Amino acid sequence: MNSSIMSGEKIKMSTRELSFFYGKTPALKNISMEFCEKCVTALIGPSGCGKTTFLRCLNRMNDTIEGIRVEGEILLDHENIYDPEVDPVQVRRRVGMVFQKSNPFPKTIFENVAYGMRISGGYTKAQIAERVEESLKGAALWNEVSDRLNDSALALSGGQQQRLCIARALAVEPEVILMDEPASALDPIATQKIEELIQELKKNYTIIIVTHNMQQAARVSDYTGFFYLGELIEVDRTEKIFTNPGKKRTEDYVTGRFG
Amino acid sequence: MKKKCAERIGFALLSSAAVLVILFLGIILWDIIGNGLGVISWPFLTQSPREGMTEGGIFPAILGTFLVSLITVVFAVPLGMGAAIYLNEYALAGRMTRLTRLAIRNLSGVPSIVYGLFGVVLFVQMMKFGTSVLSAGLTLALLTLPLTITASEEALKTVPKSYREGALALGATQWYAIRTNVLPYAVPGMLTGVILGLARAAGETAPILFTGAAFFLPHLPKSLFDQFMALPYHLYILATQHHDIAKVRPIAYGTALVLLGLILLLSTSAIYFRYRYRQRMRS
Repeated sequence: MNSSIMSGEKIKMSTRELSFFYGKTPALKNISMEFCEKCVTALIGPSGCGKTTFLRCLNRMNDTIEGIRVEGEILLDHENIYDPEVDPVQVRRRVGMVFQKSNPFPKTIFENVAYGMRISGGYTKAQIAERVEESLKGAALWNEVSDRLNDSALALSGGQQQRLCIARALAVEPEVILMDEPASALDPIATQKIEELIQELKKNYTIIIVTHNMQQAARVSDYTGFFYLGELIEVDRTEKIFTNPGKKRTEDYVTGRFG
Repeated sequence: MKKKCAERIGFALLSSAAVLVILFLGIILWDIIGNGLGVISWPFLTQSPREGMTEGGIFPAILGTFLVSLITVVFAVPLGMGAAIYLNEYALAGRMTRLTRLAIRNLSGVPSIVYGLFGVVLFVQMMKFGTSVLSAGLTLALLTLPLTITASEEALKTVPKSYREGALALGATQWYAIRTNVLPYAVPGMLTGVILGLARAAGETAPILFTGAAFFLPHLPKSLFDQFMALPYHLYILATQHHDIAKVRPIAYGTALVLLGLILLLSTSAIYFRYRYRQRMRS
């Protein structure tokens, strides 16, 4: 079903019959989904439908939670990231993440962006400075902060903090960027900036974004998956999901009949 | 009318309870400062006791308490902080963790004399450290561990989860995330716990009674395996064991004041640390 909707596009990441359990409670049931390279895929659905849990499976962020169990496979360039041989730390360097609530570290703006590079080490000062600048430019923040890189990141506005977190993720040079409702706590203007940024980023990165805001999903994404009660009800090209969905439940949700 | 009366009585009882607490502290301080301050002098702080402890100062006791406290810190800090980091960051919720926490809670309820006896068996006899600075310091380190661990864990809990997750999401290992993005913000809080634990240990008599503190020594300790004099024990001797208690009473008061001052210094520095730390977390 999924392969039919992606005509000729390269698949960057995919899940195969992915199920997820908190203890004995299933949170995700048999999800098979594909993400094409340099596309934006939106995950929508009512609260508690499992979309955030799903997103956090994609970079093994759920590993830090106790008593969870994952079944099925998640392939990143045809390699199963849940293979026992795979180091989750390496997965997270390739699959970056931006959280719902912006979480700048209480360090300077510069050190926030440089954090990922310091983990692996082996960069010269000049290389780090260069990459910090590139990343801040990539996150459309450079012009606003270039003269105060040594100020605390906590002094930035909410929207700037979120773009800083995006810059921090970019500095690690990931291939995929996961975004968990990145604009849900921001005002409309800051939200617009993030959305424009996503359009810019998709030229180089594969982006998967969870959003509560259906207009946002319609605006920014190429593909949309609709989750309901831990199941993937439908995934298709975004314009199709919002104009002519294949399932009744999807239609009810996107037209606002429940949610 | 009846209700109002009950309200007044309740208020009077509760407020007088609060006032009593201040009053007791006030009386103690008044007594000790009033009787001790006159004794405090430079010679008193820097000289050894003379003439069967009826003359001279209390320098060996100050030095002994300082040395023992040093040993306590050296052992309690890494052990306490390490255990707290393990419990808060790594340990999975399970029977083992619950058991460990239960053990820590119970340890804090063990009477200090029991620690003293335990110290004799473990450090003095089994490990053959003898009655010494080392044995006493280790015993006090054990005594402060519950406080150090609990306070350190509380400090770690104040660091938001998002700092850890943010670091992990950038490809940090768990230890790297803890080292660079959790500990720097938790350490001042952890230190506060350590200092409060130390303040308690420095005033203890029972744990050092059998493990290293001496009644009187003509010389200062030369190594970690020597016996030592300590402020709380010295005070105990002057107050109850001396052959001429009435004559050494002023010296006893002076010793009490020095000990009190030392502990007050430790406690206020802990409070200052915590204050600075909270200011920093807020900004």
